[in-house]
Amino acid sequence: MNTATFSLATLAPARPEIALLVLASALLVIDAFLKRRDGVVTYWLTLATLVLCALLCVVTVRHQPVTTFGGMFISDPLSQVVKTIMLLTVAGTIVLSRSYLETRRMLTGEFLCLALFGAVGMMVMISANHFLTLYLGLELMALSQYAMVALERDSAKATEASMKYFVLGALSSGLLLYGLSVLYGATGSLELTRVAASIEGGNANGTLAAFGLVFVVAGIAFKLGAAPFHMWIPDVYHGAATPATIIIGAAPKLAAFVFVMRLLANGLQGMTGDWQQMLVFLALASMAVGNIVAIAQGNLKRMLAYSTIAHMGYLLLGILAGNGAGYSASLFYVIAYAIMTLGSFGMILLLSRAGFEADTLEDFKGLNQKSKWYAFMMLILMFSLAGIPPTAGFFAKLLVLQAALDAGYTWLVVVAVLLSVIGAFYYLRVVKLMYFDAPTGEITIERRMGTRWVLSGSALATLFFGIAPAPLLNLCLSAISRSM
Amino acid sequence: MFSGINLSLAIWVPIAFGIAVLAIGDDRNPRPARWTALVGSILGFLVCIPLWTGFQQTADMQFVELAPWISRFNVSYHLGVDGISMPLMLLNSLMTVLVVIAHWEVVRDKVSQYLAAFLIMSGLINGVFASLDAILFYTFFEAMLIPMFLIIGIWGGPNRVYAAVKFFLYTLLGSLLMLAAFIYLFNATNGSFEILDFHRVPLSMTAQILIFIAMFMSFAVKVPMWPVHTWLPDAHVEAPTGGSVILAAITLKIGGYGFLRFNMPIAPDASAYLSTFMVTLSLIAIVYIGLVALVQGDMKKLIAYSSISHMGFVTLGFFIFTYDGLLGGMLQMISHGFVSAALFLCVGVLYDRVHSRQIADYGGIANTMPVFAAFFVFFAMANSGLPGTSGFVGEFLVIMGTMKVSFWWTLLAATTLIWGAAYTLWMVKRVVYGPVANEHVAHLKDVSPRELAFLVILAVAVLWLGLYPKALSDIMNPTLQELLRQVGQSKIA
Repeated sequence: MNTATFSLATLAPARPEIALLVLASALLVIDAFLKRRDGVVTYWLTLATLVLCALLCVVTVRHQPVTTFGGMFISDPLSQVVKTIMLLTVAGTIVLSRSYLETRRMLTGEFLCLALFGAVGMMVMISANHFLTLYLGLELMALSQYAMVALERDSAKATEASMKYFVLGALSSGLLLYGLSVLYGATGSLELTRVAASIEGGNANGTLAAFGLVFVVAGIAFKLGAAPFHMWIPDVYHGAATPATIIIGAAPKLAAFVFVMRLLANGLQGMTGDWQQMLVFLALASMAVGNIVAIAQGNLKRMLAYSTIAHMGYLLLGILAGNGAGYSASLFYVIAYAIMTLGSFGMILLLSRAGFEADTLEDFKGLNQKSKWYAFMMLILMFSLAGIPPTAGFFAKLLVLQAALDAGYTWLVVVAVLLSVIGAFYYLRVVKLMYFDAPTGEITIERRMGTRWVLSGSALATLFFGIAPAPLLNLCLSAISRSM
Repeated sequence: MFSGINLSLAIWVPIAFGIAVLAIGDDRNPRPARWTALVGSILGFLVCIPLWTGFQQTADMQFVELAPWISRFNVSYHLGVDGISMPLMLLNSLMTVLVVIAHWEVVRDKVSQYLAAFLIMSGLINGVFASLDAILFYTFFEAMLIPMFLIIGIWGGPNRVYAAVKFFLYTLLGSLLMLAAFIYLFNATNGSFEILDFHRVPLSMTAQILIFIAMFMSFAVKVPMWPVHTWLPDAHVEAPTGGSVILAAITLKIGGYGFLRFNMPIAPDASAYLSTFMVTLSLIAIVYIGLVALVQGDMKKLIAYSSISHMGFVTLGFFIFTYDGLLGGMLQMISHGFVSAALFLCVGVLYDRVHSRQIADYGGIANTMPVFAAFFVFFAMANSGLPGTSGFVGEFLVIMGTMKVSFWWTLLAATTLIWGAAYTLWMVKRVVYGPVANEHVAHLKDVSPRELAFLVILAVAVLWLGLYPKALSDIMNPTLQELLRQVGQSKIA
């Protein structure tokens, strides 16, 4: 690390992060001086910032990995692709949430700026090539999210959720940090490339490294929400205001996926056999817990929370295959999952109004009679989550199952298949409520076009990637093969 | 005309019209949606006609279309038909027309969604029969469940939700295991999802047996074979008339088609090894389910059980590995498509007037509905296998084929001629003949021209197939010969 060689050009790979950080900070100041207190100006500026940074990410897509900041920061095709999608997901979340936040007086600079800082954290996490950068990004993201959950301060549920989230999040960060420090002890480096080289070269203390690995995997499982480290997910998803739920549920999964890739597939590549076993257990437990417990839920947010846990299990199937095909299958999965999450939680926002949350399953009764279009959109999303063709969810499942089968986990695939039949039941129940039952209460559809467009867009994207998965799949494959 | 895209048209024309019907749908004024659907279904049938007229009598796949879909995994949009799939596509397209005609004054609730569901399903089913790529096949196969789920659940009877969910989960479980088998075969063929490559790849006995079982789970549920048949009576009874027609006439055939297209050629050794097992299940279906049908008080349920029993004949014919058996099974599938559809439509005609499916609520309708009664009796005869009707040909061939294999199996199978006649004719006796049973029956009006239209179409089809089965058997012959050859060759490497 020679500081003498520093020039502006060395910052170039981090342009999107720097831009987002500067703009978010500026926005924080601008918001404080705005005369209008309804947050609309900040809202538009936030969206503009996110879209601008997404464009910057697209522009800076590289064909080869480039590192900077003395190897702490890496910009490769994988990071640029995921960052772009992540920023657009955050932007979509904010558009979806606008009127929900407005009616509850939550469309404030605080919420929007926290979302932006969370996005900065995710970007740093995605581009980290060093244990410290990784941890820094993770904590920046997590702290913003704790605050966003807590922002609805008059709600006891939200406060409880944020406390749980904070305490468990801190615990998992502690585990992760401990694991990373043990790995540092074992390998003598914090930089992922050197850690990898040290393990591959046989210079690391194997027992110590395996010991650290256990903590790292536990920390990862916490962040992903994989069973048995899933306890916080249902409570936080349920307790947080729905926009905050989407902020936690959609984009961070993309970041967490790259985080897993960097740590396990890049840094600890030499220990693939060790972490594969752990992921097999995590995947199995997540699919079982998620799919089975979701059946008992009467609250849609809780149900989708358990569905998240199950989906993280399927995501891990691709990762534990431990090869490029598996990683790109998981990348496809997580992108499809982010789109579906945006849509399915967006439905709750679409149906909620002042003083009414529309988050129980009962609230979806008879939706088809009120609005054929949105019932159909939700139908697509539910079948996609269940993995029924022709939807993106089907190809996502197919690809991870294929990767796992290719890696020789036949029994795991059979169990995964059986559990997804159980999973289909609770998604079907939502369709059943919308189509087969008569409405019991009043159903209102959000009038704002933004919410409608983002929601319909994500459902139609799910359908589109189910009929023509090739473009997205090729993107995933090339991103992984050029980055790994 | 349209040479090169015939199959695509057969798939996408109904789907496009289905979407159009949804788009122009207006629940207060369903007329435009109805006429659009009729035009769409008739066009859908017309685009299938060239498949029949231009069919070459060889075992090769015809009207082939091939385009890359997901090139990374060698998944392609690969279509083609042979003597097994082409007649089933025609049957499906014809049934869709009948369903649209049959719904006309009957369905009043959410008409456009109802029609759109049937049209889209028709296209998807054509896709199932025409797919030569396993992933394409699976996509159509599963996507088809969605409209059927909605049809049963929205327009069905009182217990419709239970039936719809049961139907969906049963079929989903089976098909996911089949998907796992496809992925296994993808690896075994070094990266091909072509069904015809699956036919050629050598497999060990263990692999074959596992693949056979995975696919069996999928197709046996569809057929349905005993003991995984229990969804069918529920689904049939609760589905609206159109739903029952499509279920009985088409979706059950997908199970039989699957055995011929997947199980037997991909795992011939396992098929031979497990044939006794398959025959046993078929015989149980024929005899036991035939007896169950006898005691039903609900007409739809009775026809549903009769379907299971008849489909038992189909699987029996397939798994005795004789040419007569295969041909008989195929003809039985087509025939059952016509006959069961006709019977469900007949029950629909009665249900629309009296709103009861119970046999006990009827009696003596011959007095008030003579024309209808004549058709009903005719279809009942076909259902019990009267010579001259289509029902006879298939059953006779299967019995002949079985005779070459085992006398005792034949004896058991032949009892269907007794059971079939018993449950069908006993129902007819109670419903059609005798004195007028009650007020409702006394006020019945005979069939309208619209109802007459679909009854006549089906009656002609039943007679045509009964008197001149050669038209179909010539088409099927090369494909079935080829299949028999494939099944006879061991694939163990």
